Amino acid sequence: MPRFLTLGNSQPRWLFPFVLTVLFLLSVLPLGRLAVTGILSLVRGGGDGLLSDPGLWAALWNTLTTSFYGMLVSVLIGGSFALLLTLFDIRGKWILGFLFMLPMMIPPQVTALSWVGLTGPSSTLLKAIGMAPPLGSPQPLYSIGGIALLLGVQNAPLVYLALRAGLLALPRDGIEAARLSGASALQVLRDIILPLALPGFAAGAAMAFVSNVGNFGIPAILGIPASIYTLPTLIYAKFASFGPSTFADISLLSGLIALLSVAGLLIEERVLRGRDYRIIGLSGRTAVFQLKGWRAVSEILLWLVLLLILILPFAALVASSLAPAYGVPLNLKTATTHAYEEVLLRQSVTQTAFRNSIGLSLATAFGLLLVTVLMGYVVARSGRRLAALIGALADIPYALPGIVLAVACILLFAAPLPVFGVSIYGTIWILLFAYFSSFLAVSLRPIASAFRQLDPSLEEAARLAGAGFARRMRDILVPLIAPAAGAAVILVFLIACNELTVSALLWSAGTQTLGVAIYNLDDSGSFNLASALSVLVVGMVVVMMFLLELLANRLPKGVVPWRS
Amino acid sequence: MAQLILNHLSKDFGTGKPAVTGVSLKIREGGFLALLGPSGCGKTTVLRMIAGFEQPSDGEIFLGEWRLADVNAMVPPEKRNMAMVFQSYALWPHMSVADNVGYPLKVRGLSRDARDRKIREALEAVRLDAYADRRPADLSGGQRQRVALARCLVTDPDVVLLDEPLANLDRHLRQEMEETFREFHARSGATMIYVTHDQAEAMALATDVAVMAEGKLLQVAPPQEIYARPEGRIVGGLIGQGAILKLPWPVSGDRALEWPALQPSFVPKPGAHLADVLVRPQDVVFSDEGLDVVVEAAVFEGERHALRLRLADDQTLRAFSRRTVAVGDRIRVVIRSAWRL
Repeated sequence: MPRFLTLGNSQPRWLFPFVLTVLFLLSVLPLGRLAVTGILSLVRGGGDGLLSDPGLWAALWNTLTTSFYGMLVSVLIGGSFALLLTLFDIRGKWILGFLFMLPMMIPPQVTALSWVGLTGPSSTLLKAIGMAPPLGSPQPLYSIGGIALLLGVQNAPLVYLALRAGLLALPRDGIEAARLSGASALQVLRDIILPLALPGFAAGAAMAFVSNVGNFGIPAILGIPASIYTLPTLIYAKFASFGPSTFADISLLSGLIALLSVAGLLIEERVLRGRDYRIIGLSGRTAVFQLKGWRAVSEILLWLVLLLILILPFAALVASSLAPAYGVPLNLKTATTHAYEEVLLRQSVTQTAFRNSIGLSLATAFGLLLVTVLMGYVVARSGRRLAALIGALADIPYALPGIVLAVACILLFAAPLPVFGVSIYGTIWILLFAYFSSFLAVSLRPIASAFRQLDPSLEEAARLAGAGFARRMRDILVPLIAPAAGAAVILVFLIACNELTVSALLWSAGTQTLGVAIYNLDDSGSFNLASALSVLVVGMVVVMMFLLELLANRLPKGVVPWRS
Repeated sequence: MAQLILNHLSKDFGTGKPAVTGVSLKIREGGFLALLGPSGCGKTTVLRMIAGFEQPSDGEIFLGEWRLADVNAMVPPEKRNMAMVFQSYALWPHMSVADNVGYPLKVRGLSRDARDRKIREALEAVRLDAYADRRPADLSGGQRQRVALARCLVTDPDVVLLDEPLANLDRHLRQEMEETFREFHARSGATMIYVTHDQAEAMALATDVAVMAEGKLLQVAPPQEIYARPEGRIVGGLIGQGAILKLPWPVSGDRALEWPALQPSFVPKPGAHLADVLVRPQDVVFSDEGLDVVVEAAVFEGERHALRLRLADDQTLRAFSRRTVAVGDRIRVVIRSAWRL
């Protein structure tokens, strides 16, 4: 006769404590450490020096202005793309949407590099067509306006996605009812659709603002040469000129960034709270309005914008990577693949970077998978409050700007580990830890939503068939969530491979990542090598996005970030 | 195999109102019990406690001498040797029909050959042997249902649980599946517990019917018995399509009365004690010496007309008629027999 077990749910006893321990290590511990250091240094007056530093206030002002103007640019571009592609009969929606999403997945420092290559006196592309401004004229992007513009381009997809999700959730019968009551297409748009879509607009704007506040790659490449600092780049600069007050300073600075981000996230949460209109009517395909004569004009405009923000900068990047040397005009005769050979075959720095980035990303993607499959199971099987708590703890390190997490990791690991007596500071392990912490949410989201979509009776049937926990996981649950697990691996790999902000603070000799290598090459003036490496990275991004696109139909809704 | 005993079983999910309160039941070995009740009455919770998916907050469950569950501990479902047909069928979409059916055997570690033989037998029993290599997604609703049944068949379970298995099927398929369930019960000899809200289904299939409402067990009896002698207003309203009248009941101890004894009850007696009385429509017949009633509604159902009649004191009766009557007609009826609830 079988044993009389106390544990009715037959989940192994270690499962729940394991999930909590992982969350504690990856989320509570580093951020708690940051909070403690920040508060202690404030109490001890460590902030006095910093607060009286005019550099801080300038950086805060720069952060706020670039983030705000960047947000306006994102709302303008992302909003018009979302409205036109969702509500109107534009042709080629899929390719337009896919291309428009690219800037979000391309690393920011690559975006910045490509635009630098596009404009200014040394632009290889402009030189090739004879339109470069005279040498010695300033690079127009090295300015507050330049930073804001690029931040806007980078994060426009966030506004696009939020607004599009709102538009797709509109009740179709509500729109049809308005048409039947005699409203013209324009009146429906003005009186029904736009008011209902407003929260999506606001949420997208708030997300773009938060993302702008924490952005490191763009202000680093565009701002540092012109001595324009934002809070993230100020942290980087303080850290580079290490001094006795560095820890106190950077913990306060990153606390400031965290506060700005939390304010933005709270706004987002607030405007999204009351907007579940789906229950009111059938939502589905939103009514498509006819543009008639305006269709061709709109399509040309959309492609023109894409040409400006994506295709031209990328062409400039390719041009710079093919140029033989800085400033030499590019034509068919002078074009050379020298830079590619250099970064792929000769330079040990870039080769190490490839190895580190790919190794770290693979380890993060698969290591996190082991954790998140168990965590996703627990989330799906526990009550609403507990699931929300787990979700929030996993989300926080990802929602906060990478620079905050990097500082938290530095503070946590600056001293040797307590029991082992060794320090992982300056080794590849601190990067791995930071990646685990930062991308936990990226891996957990698709898997948790796949588990949630699974009919619980599928597992119950397996239990009655006699299968224990490990057996059910292996035979029933994991095969059923496999597509989501695949997406989680690709997404984490994609984001981790392009990561710059976290690694910029945590790398040291021998542990540089691709993001760091691109930044350093540009910083040391090897613009063509930086461009070549960037082109390779963009190619990798596009391939991964295609892979996800192929998987998309087998995935739960919302897993692939650029599909709604 | 042995008798399944529920002893004062209760379940409180902490929502303020217990889902199940004090259910005590003995299901004889090889019996077929239908748990009947309106949705939300706690019948599925009872089933899930028997399966081991929920732990009782009070009471015990025994299979013969074996204590399956009480407040402090329980045997997990994977050790209970039970099987279940879920409302959603719960077939694993990534496995073929044969793999679905054979999975419980695979978990028990049977050899490939023994497994294949049993799978074939089970699929033959539900007439699906030609579909062994298909995926569940390629099957119709009724076929999926039969695969789920075959999966129950392979392990010779002690208890088979069925959770509204016909709820998702159309009417024609239901009759066919009822036949399959009956065959399955005869063949397996397992104790079966069948949850449903459809009284006709419960009557047609079960050897015993247990009626639940608001978490409480109201009555357990064989179908004929529960139809003829329902206890209380709720059971009376749930079984058959009768009307429940409030009548001054004669002092005699009898609960079943015929027309001559009933007739005086329809003379108004102010202050008399009123009893709940169940009158089934087939017992209301047209007769010139009977009660005056007005036809409130008449619906043609094909084989007959279903009537709603209003008595002089505004109470409502139901009746069947073979000839057409119009709404508003005044007719006279007698009640051949009635049952005090």
